[in-house]
Amino acid sequence: MREWAEYSIEEGGEGGSVLALSGPLVVSSVGLLDRELRALQGQLARVDLARVDAIDTVGAWIAWRVARDCGAEITGASKEALILIEAVRTSASTAAIAPPHVPILVRVPESVGTMVSNFGHGAIQLLGFLGAILVASGGIIRHPSRFRLRALVRQLELVGVDSLGIIGLMSFLIGIVIAQQGAVQLRQFGAEIYTINLTGRLSLRELGVLMTAIMVAGRSGSAFAAQIGTMKLTEEVDAMRTIGVSPIEALVIPRILAAVLMMPLLGFFAAVLSIIGGACLADLSLDIPFYTFLSRIQEVVPLHDVWVGLVKAPVFGLIVALAGCYQGMQVKSNSEEVGRRTTMAVVQAIFMVIVLDAFFAVFFTEIGWA
Amino acid sequence: MNALLAQHRVESAERFAGEYPIVIEGLTNRFGKQVVHEDLSLKVRRGEILGVVGGSGSGKSVLMRSIIGLQRPAQGMVEVFGKSMTDADPDENIGVRSRWGVLFQGGALFSTLTVGENVEVPLKQFYPELSEELLHEIARYKVRLSGLPEDATSKYPSQLSGGMRKRAGLARALALDPELLFLDEPTAGLDPIGAAAFDRLTRELTDTLGLTVFLITHDLDTLYEICDRVAVLADKRVIAVGTIPELLATDHQWIQEYFNGPRGRAASQSKERVEAAREGGKAPASGNGPASGKAMDKPAESGD
Repeated sequence: MREWAEYSIEEGGEGGSVLALSGPLVVSSVGLLDRELRALQGQLARVDLARVDAIDTVGAWIAWRVARDCGAEITGASKEALILIEAVRTSASTAAIAPPHVPILVRVPESVGTMVSNFGHGAIQLLGFLGAILVASGGIIRHPSRFRLRALVRQLELVGVDSLGIIGLMSFLIGIVIAQQGAVQLRQFGAEIYTINLTGRLSLRELGVLMTAIMVAGRSGSAFAAQIGTMKLTEEVDAMRTIGVSPIEALVIPRILAAVLMMPLLGFFAAVLSIIGGACLADLSLDIPFYTFLSRIQEVVPLHDVWVGLVKAPVFGLIVALAGCYQGMQVKSNSEEVGRRTTMAVVQAIFMVIVLDAFFAVFFTEIGWA
Repeated sequence: MNALLAQHRVESAERFAGEYPIVIEGLTNRFGKQVVHEDLSLKVRRGEILGVVGGSGSGKSVLMRSIIGLQRPAQGMVEVFGKSMTDADPDENIGVRSRWGVLFQGGALFSTLTVGENVEVPLKQFYPELSEELLHEIARYKVRLSGLPEDATSKYPSQLSGGMRKRAGLARALALDPELLFLDEPTAGLDPIGAAAFDRLTRELTDTLGLTVFLITHDLDTLYEICDRVAVLADKRVIAVGTIPELLATDHQWIQEYFNGPRGRAASQSKERVEAAREGGKAPASGNGPASGKAMDKPAESGD
């Protein structure tokens, strides 16, 4: 059982009241005493510590504060207590614990203003980032020996090979969903056979690449931002600069190239897997044999659908990698920032991918690849 | 009041009365195939500043992590305040955790909180009954006690220099008025003036607050200036513990190289110069702070 510090007040006497503290006057025992002493009013002549059996700086602080606030002197303090009281007395301060709280009427306009100015600032910085990438690319083209093949291969593995499993599984399941849901609707017209057209065209044109881009943004875009951001925090990026290694060349370009090169492959892989998923479902529940499904795909899917997917894929890869690397390079000051920037990288990447996808859809239809 | 009492997790405020707050016996630590410690034993006396030295990679920090329960040893026994840290569930040791303070190498401050709020974290965690005002007051004087200026209280760690971050880390380590203080290279990376001030501060606080300090360091000046005893970590164990003259009397090669190398001799000479100056100036109290009268807490004899 825990022992608490206690107090008693002896009224009157010569010179005024005496506050007598007793028991252990340490951090674990003074919580309740402190609340009661705060409510205390009026003047005291003395604060008596004779019956205190243990004291630490928190106890010494409370005794000293009460004595100060009530104009009392401290008596009966042990040698140890006197040392501690002297230590806290010389360390007393009135500093604020947190920066001053800003009222909401000031805070809201201020943060809106900051957002607007940051937006402009961010646009300029993004432009600067793109410029830096172009300059670094130019440098690499002129001096191909500076190109970091190892880093590229490593990123190709991380972005591409390592994500084959999850992207394959996801696409396979999406293929099943498209075929199943499509079949339910088309059956009403007796046009179940068009499930093949639906699955094939949708996978190759839209969903394969789009879902892959979202998956790569979540898997690799976030990793880019977090890795580069942490390297900024630990001053690794600064260290590179001082050695004469451009962080853009060493960190950003391999990642961007990896994403650009891998996205078409992953997108095509995803489309193939979702067609297989559709074929499996058709075989099992629509009475369309597996190989019939695949050979019909060749007849009903125009070749330009494949091109539509393959043209979009590297653009999406570029956007995902740019957002990840850019946000990573923007990290400053603390670890909270790494989390915030990583989230921003993923959100921006997915948003931009979907916006561009809508643009591509209109564009390809206009040029006759409907 | 009963509701308040019910939620306390810290049972008693009793101070440790035994002779050895830290006892390590037969400690073995391994990372995969790499053996860091093998059959390591060490006792830390109450009220002393024990310096722990050893070459880079000799496992000084790992030893500290084993004592404070962040690293589960492969074998051996670690007792802090007479309670085993090795086989107990971490939650059972909560009472022990409220009685030590740890300063990590980089300060390890919570980067989203101000210095003052950092100091309040352990207090809030262990003593929820403390009022908001008292928490603020404690945070304020602890920050100044650690040698920081007043206005550092409301700053974020990212706004502080490396030396100030160490002091802020010390303020947080001291938040609970611990009996036991772990310092991991407190003066590394500080300028000589800052390092000397930090040494003085450690000594003063130790004497004022009656602390036991486990101090990992590479700084020979720190060893000469403030450590009561020094433990030498080499060959995966503690090869010697004692005062510096006692260590110099051993003929282990590493110890000789360490203390008799050019840096060791410089530090030793500077210590002698300081002492000569003190005696020449007829300083009445030859102690290291306002509380040199508190020397009775220190062990009178030395060496094992």
